[in-house]
Amino acid sequence: MQFAATHKSPQPRTEQIILFRCSSQIFAISSASVQEVRSVDSLAGTPLEINEPAVPKVRHMFRRGESNLYVVNGAVHFGLRPSPASLIFLLRRARTALLIDGIEKMTTMSRLQALPAAFCHEERIWYRGLTVLDQSVIPVVSPAGFLTDDELFLLDTVASRNAVPATAPANELGLSL
Amino acid sequence: MSLLDQHDARSCVLLRLGERRFALAAEQIAELVAPSRVFRFAHRTTEIDGVIVRRGRVVAVCDLAERLTGKKLTYRRFYLVATQRRGASLDWVAVPVSGECELITADLTPAGESDSPHVAAWLSHDGEVIEVLNLEALLPRVGQSAALAEAGVPEARP
Repeated sequence: MQFAATHKSPQPRTEQIILFRCSSQIFAISSASVQEVRSVDSLAGTPLEINEPAVPKVRHMFRRGESNLYVVNGAVHFGLRPSPASLIFLLRRARTALLIDGIEKMTTMSRLQALPAAFCHEERIWYRGLTVLDQSVIPVVSPAGFLTDDELFLLDTVASRNAVPATAPANELGLSL
Repeated sequence: MSLLDQHDARSCVLLRLGERRFALAAEQIAELVAPSRVFRFAHRTTEIDGVIVRRGRVVAVCDLAERLTGKKLTYRRFYLVATQRRGASLDWVAVPVSGECELITADLTPAGESDSPHVAAWLSHDGEVIEVLNLEALLPRVGQSAALAEAGVPEARP
């Protein structure tokens, strides 16, 4: 007596990704890493300026609950020509928001290949790996690769120095009484 | 046993970079392929030109001509895909070459102390003395990044 096969061949694991543009280059990010997509205009007025010369890719921050979120300019981060950004990705479980030019599309990838070992600089931190989509090779960014712990520490220090305590007397705020 | 320790006849692939010929140990060569589209993305390893896709695998393209001859290749005839062991894994690197490649068997003379690190050995072929390349010394590796970073971070290459 023969039994019918009870198991199916395993489906290839896929991951949903967002293809986005920074300075005319296409990158991918796992959609699970993106908590929110906002237009730059919708954030107007909310972000605070921050200027730390050692981290030129961050020019703005905003408060979310108890923590600071730092806005990383994608083009500057990747060393590309600056371009007008229109969208911001708020990243999940990170204190980083990413300024990008626009979203190309959402799609799925079935294979993530390691970055060849010959790449040996910051790109090893920037990218989780590479994926081949529609006969193109797309780098898949690592959400944790936009700001190092040292950079976050530096930015937190600058942010706390710039913060104005809510209970500060008016003269400390620089207002005349 | 490394290439340096061997004095007997070995199979090597001769490759042309502009006006000069070099050799690589044949066991380091995976295949010789026609030039295909090079995909480029932002990175900071200046020695890497981009990547090609070969048999579903992403392979870094590293033009050795500038380092070995002082001139970039203006014409790419083939990519010589070489393998390099990095720890437990085997990495593939595509080296653009400007002419036909040739498989030969030749006696190798080990490199001397005064030779550059990129010279693994020497061979003589058709009246020409040819450097057998030490890929490990020519290809960028993670250990180099700290030293390069100290010398200044290069611009990202789109």
